[in-house]
Amino acid sequence: MDFAISGVHIAPAYLAVVGFLVGILGGFFGVGGSFIAGPALFAVGVPMHFVVGTDLAHIVGKSIVAARRHRALGNVDFKLGLIMVIGTIVGVEAGAQIVQYLKRQAKADVVIACGFIVVLVAISLFIGWEGWRTMQMRRSGRGKSGASGRAAGMKSDASVIAFWAIAVHKFNLPPTISLPVSGIERISLWPILAVAVGGGVFSGFLGGGAGYIRMPALVYLLGVPTHLAVGTDLFEIVVSASYGTLTHALKGNVDILIALVMHTGAAVGAQIGATLTEKFHGAAIRLAFAPLPLLGAGLVIYTLLTRH
Amino acid sequence: MSKGRGERASRSVPVVSFLLELVVYAVFVTVYFLLVLDFLGPGLCRLYQTNKTTYAVVALLLIIAQGVLLELLTSALLRFLERWFNRG
Repeated sequence: MDFAISGVHIAPAYLAVVGFLVGILGGFFGVGGSFIAGPALFAVGVPMHFVVGTDLAHIVGKSIVAARRHRALGNVDFKLGLIMVIGTIVGVEAGAQIVQYLKRQAKADVVIACGFIVVLVAISLFIGWEGWRTMQMRRSGRGKSGASGRAAGMKSDASVIAFWAIAVHKFNLPPTISLPVSGIERISLWPILAVAVGGGVFSGFLGGGAGYIRMPALVYLLGVPTHLAVGTDLFEIVVSASYGTLTHALKGNVDILIALVMHTGAAVGAQIGATLTEKFHGAAIRLAFAPLPLLGAGLVIYTLLTRH
Repeated sequence: MSKGRGERASRSVPVVSFLLELVVYAVFVTVYFLLVLDFLGPGLCRLYQTNKTTYAVVALLLIIAQGVLLELLTSALLRFLERWFNRG
């Protein structure tokens, strides 16, 4: 099938299958799945600036499905999600402006691809290390009664680096708010906005919902339990990715037909992924997530090496 | 022994219902590719070249509408198949 807007020829079945796989990952891990979808589009010849915008558009449709499912499971902290939307939109616009600048310099493909590789490898290594250490801690029996989660309001969701969240909670620069749904008694607004702006910049620059940044940040820095981080992140992605789609479409970076076809597969996958979260505890979800960004990084490296 | 077999059978029902859902869904999607995208493609391409603002709004509305519709469709399919299996 010819996609005239971006000028590429791709089999619709390929897009639907990629969407399906990304949908499962998105529903399960609460991430947009751009670490797989982006490289998969790049690999079949879609220019990088179209990859960024189109992936954001497809994520809007997919996240609606998964967010509704997570809301039904009680996994969404709406107060936290709405606060984060403000910071994320600022960040998305900044990221989209960086893409525009690189497009004018004709460097978008290489710079965004290299950005992808660095971010994905770093996240994969970090989450893998943390998830493995936390699983070890749970096995030795320290997970339920140790520092993890007790003061950070993390309920039963243990983490070997829970002291990060405790330190953030001690940072009391006003205004401070409480997030009862996430089990957080008091937290400064500024770390929440910082996480949101940071995630937004990555979202606007690399495409997708940047859940691979935001989901770990919600867990490790803000101390939100993993299941709630997954649902809240998805809710927030619906709003911020909608804004990202609009701003990138205005700049000519969205091939909506590709996004629509990918989303047909993602709609089913997202339902399966969201339902699967009920079967696993937080550390297991994070450990399972760890190798996935490496797949995306490998695909980008392969495409960069073989493109010319 | 019989309990284990019963558990396996009850587990296989959602798997079969899910596979059936995929087949029915694939038929819907194929029809969608053929009809809707062929119909929408040229119009959207023209809009992209002539009016980016309208294109941006239409693109967002399309993906939101498809998100809501497909969520309703997949949920309804799943519910229907589960009822069908439970009756059987």
